[in-house]
Amino acid sequence: MTTPPGKPEIEVRGLHKAFGANEVLRGIDLEIGQGEVVCVIGPSGSGKSTLLRCVNLLEVPTKGRVFVGGTEITDPDVDIDAVRRRIGMVFQQFNLFPHLSVTENLTLPQRRVLRRDKTEAAKVAAENLRRVGLSEKATAYPASLSGGQQQRVAIARALAMGPEVMLFDEPTSALDPELVGDVLAVMRMLANEGMTMMVVTHEMTFAREVADRVVFMDGGVIVEDGTPAQVITNPRHDRTRHFLSRLLDPAMAEVDDEGSAP
Amino acid sequence: MSGDTADPQLQPRRQGLSRRQRRRLSQGVQYAVFAAVVIVFAVTADWGRLKNQFAQWSIAKQMFPDVITLALKNTVLYTLSGFVFGLVLGMVVALMRLSSVGPYRWLAGIYIEIFRGLPALLIFIFVGVAVPLAFPGTEIIGGTYGKVALALGLVSAAYMAETIRAGIQAVPKGQLEAARSLGFSQARAMVSIIVPQAFRIILPPLTNELVLLFKDSSLVLFLGVTLEERELSKYGRDLASTTANSTPILVAGLCYLLVTIPLSFVVRRMETKTGEAVR
Repeated sequence: MTTPPGKPEIEVRGLHKAFGANEVLRGIDLEIGQGEVVCVIGPSGSGKSTLLRCVNLLEVPTKGRVFVGGTEITDPDVDIDAVRRRIGMVFQQFNLFPHLSVTENLTLPQRRVLRRDKTEAAKVAAENLRRVGLSEKATAYPASLSGGQQQRVAIARALAMGPEVMLFDEPTSALDPELVGDVLAVMRMLANEGMTMMVVTHEMTFAREVADRVVFMDGGVIVEDGTPAQVITNPRHDRTRHFLSRLLDPAMAEVDDEGSAP
Repeated sequence: MSGDTADPQLQPRRQGLSRRQRRRLSQGVQYAVFAAVVIVFAVTADWGRLKNQFAQWSIAKQMFPDVITLALKNTVLYTLSGFVFGLVLGMVVALMRLSSVGPYRWLAGIYIEIFRGLPALLIFIFVGVAVPLAFPGTEIIGGTYGKVALALGLVSAAYMAETIRAGIQAVPKGQLEAARSLGFSQARAMVSIIVPQAFRIILPPLTNELVLLFKDSSLVLFLGVTLEERELSKYGRDLASTTANSTPILVAGLCYLLVTIPLSFVVRRMETKTGEAVR
């Protein structure tokens, strides 16, 4: 599945992003086809989260162009709110609205942004809570849920908007290890249903088993891009090998000058 | 009250007092000072004259029910109208202060500095004198009530704007990002997601502001009020001069406390509650 079917759903061309003098992205070119699942891996500080945030313009690129579903989102005159309705985003810190119940978290955006009526919004909310296996938590408040449950609600909230693309920014990094599985199961279900997904993650098992493609980033550039077998099992570049050995066997890592970036 | 377990052989020898002995001595001194001050006041004050001047039961009795139905009612009305006006204006100023448009930020900053820096008394005189001079022939809507709302609102808006701004900035950045990524516009995200959370955070300081306004409402006497428009302080002072006795002042004071103490209690309750609710 290396050749994306049809026109790319996400297209990134010559993307640069600098925070002041700090160049985080230095020329990224990336295409993600419809229904493709792409995992972006790399050491912290490599720019992978920034790249993801550029795809829905939470970060404004310094240079370069980004297309989602054929619309150029880097066009200054684009209706960004309309484009974002087609892009679901899941954050590391869940970012549920703490003053709203689980159901309200799902219905308020539908009603305010999509102008759906009350019954329609409630129906879509219930349906998506069922998909992530949390129907019984419909009336609970986020603070009373575990991290894994909160993240699944966050996924349901994004899905309730009917997105064509889903972006995941380290969705399991803030979770206790035993809660990671539930979230990954939901993501795997989405992948099997044919959702276009871009996932920044450290979960190598997920990348190997679910991703169509794995992209390894380091120092603001894409170092390697290929199937999981190519990138994870047989990495061609030293930097990829070094990163993977540290990730898969952290206890065996040696003290080196690079260390881990902040 | 554990016994003397220290074995001189095992404990290193200390110079002077032990820690426990020092603490006891220090507490003893503090109690002694407190008791001495209370005794000095109790003995030297002329309680008989104080009682005559401030606690005449017969005078206190004839204040009721007017002190409640008229004076306290007016105090509450003035406070609430000032609070509502101040809250609306404060919200506007806070949003201006956070605006991406430079002149709005400067204007809001100047407003806050001026109205926080001036005594409330001067604002009342300004509203009472300058506004009618500047706009002759216009009546401030609501008469005295409108004027008080304007004066109290102008003062409290400056404080509340800073409180609201802090509350908005205390909402985690991820909330706005989540809302924006769902397709909310900036304005709609503020109204639907950020401001409701900000208000939960600032409920205790806003209630505190209400207590301060409640007391500042006494300044209404500088606007000149009719008999029917008198609030607690004016009512108490008027009655004190007609009866040549200060009992009405004491009663008015107690009426203030009747409201402010429960309010402060509510604030403390809210503070512990929000403290627990923070994630």
